[in-house]
Amino acid sequence: MSTTQETTFQGKIDKGLKIEPRDWMPDKYRTHLIRQISQHAHSEVIGMQPEGNWITRAPSLRAKMVLIAKVQDEAGHGLYLYSACETLGITRDELISQLHTGKAKYSNIFNYPTLTWADIGAIGWLVDGAAIVNQQSLRGTSYGPYSRAMIRICKEESFHQRQGYEIMSKMANGTPEQQEMAQDALDRWWWPSLMMFGPHDLDSAHTSNAMNWKIKRETNDELRQLFVDRSVKQADLIGLKIPDPDLKWNQETRHYEFGEIDWDEFWKVINGDGFCNKERLNNHTTAHTKGQWVREAALAYAEKRNNGVNHE
Amino acid sequence: MADSTLYKYVLSLGDDALVSAQRLAQWTYKAPFLEEDIALSNISLDLFGRANLYLEYAAELKGGNTTADHLAFKRNERQFTNLLICEHPNGNFADTNVRNLFLDTFHKLFLEKLVESKDKQLAAIAEKARKENSYHFRHSSSWVIRLGDGTKESNSKVQTALNNLWMFTGELFEMNKVDLEMSSQKIGVDREALKPQWKSIITDVLTEATLNIPEDVFMTSGGRDGIHTEHLGHLLSDMQYLQRAYPNAAW
Ligand SMILES: [Fe+2]
Ligand SMILES: [Fe+2]
Repeated sequence: MSTTQETTFQGKIDKGLKIEPRDWMPDKYRTHLIRQISQHAHSEVIGMQPEGNWITRAPSLRAKMVLIAKVQDEAGHGLYLYSACETLGITRDELISQLHTGKAKYSNIFNYPTLTWADIGAIGWLVDGAAIVNQQSLRGTSYGPYSRAMIRICKEESFHQRQGYEIMSKMANGTPEQQEMAQDALDRWWWPSLMMFGPHDLDSAHTSNAMNWKIKRETNDELRQLFVDRSVKQADLIGLKIPDPDLKWNQETRHYEFGEIDWDEFWKVINGDGFCNKERLNNHTTAHTKGQWVREAALAYAEKRNNGVNHE
Repeated sequence: MADSTLYKYVLSLGDDALVSAQRLAQWTYKAPFLEEDIALSNISLDLFGRANLYLEYAAELKGGNTTADHLAFKRNERQFTNLLICEHPNGNFADTNVRNLFLDTFHKLFLEKLVESKDKQLAAIAEKARKENSYHFRHSSSWVIRLGDGTKESNSKVQTALNNLWMFTGELFEMNKVDLEMSSQKIGVDREALKPQWKSIITDVLTEATLNIPEDVFMTSGGRDGIHTEHLGHLLSDMQYLQRAYPNAAW
């Protein structure tokens, strides 16, 4: 069945070599990557909103600087990933318009609101924590530019995770009101964080190809388990309670067992009916539309320079 | 004990940086494209860093249990002494870049003098800020030029911004009692003396941008005396919300 090109391609992957932009690749590999990398890029960018929501209200000068730097990092991640995606033959404009039409998705997690300062702690700790688990695994992905973007990004994410955990730990050891905010934030962000790893592998449309092509290196369920094991210990350490009555340590498997995720909620949010879906997209579209005249001006200015029409 | 003149001086410089930083932070995720999101938050971050240095020094001068955070989060509108241009709302991308251009050009000249301050701490802050400011100036001036010499629409937007903000530029060069005393002790800078150079740099940028220098108009002022536009109260109530709502909490 397979052509020589396909055999060579699969051979490289099996040997653990990277596929580079100029290499031949099956169309389905390319489309799969564009979908996955652009979703990843859009997530970084849309993720700036729930955290940006607290920049002006961050409660100390240091907290402000840490949060601005983090959100700036996320914008940078978006840029690396858009560039990685462009190596597959699609432009950033096209990617953004796919986001605006709803053809491209972003991570569900950012459709939840940030209500208190503890939510900024919870996002850093859990959401960046979950992202790290995913991204560490993706450093070994078969597509070269994607893998290299992940290596760069992982370094910064671990700062984010520590800074978020620091906020949580301060609040969990703070005044009764702060403790309440911290627990409430964990209660609201825990399950959506588990959902970040995607559906069970059996229910995931994309898992098998992605595994054969080594785009994905570990399954959704394996990564989720890794995240749960890490986070439960971290919650214990600062005296917060994971909101899952079924959570228990299994001495034989050396893993935590945990309750079933509410998959109806997961699909509902993915399909557009989450708390902030409309707002997140509207904000992005509005900023983009409002910036149109600026981008046009920059282009016009550059063109005048290229045509030698300048005033000197 | 009455506050020292040096304290008031350092505090006013801290307030300028803090209020400007808070304004720029409001651009987060709203810039015309991702690279600009990064650039504007970078500048905001530098300015918060600068504010932090000035306010830490002011807190030290004030003594007691005063901290930089205390000065940032626990003073009210009348106690803030920032210049009015710093609190001016962001408006559109042209408005923000014009505001930045006026301020960055001023700081280019001001910080060059402040590095020579007899006060070692102020000189050190100025040295660090000067390097950052040269990047800020490059950013704002290149945007004003690009927008001015871009499209008709962008030219008209940036010209409007210039005309609207011009009335706030007089205050940059005002010398109050604190400035006079600090300048005579060679701790502070003679702001008034910076005006001709400021005007000439601005003129160069606007000429390259094919824009007109605004006519001299009525110049507003009051910030140093705690007389502000109505915008500052909103900026502060947003910024200070958590510290005010939970006064006993540490973050
Ligand atoms: Fe990120
Ligand atoms: Fe992150």
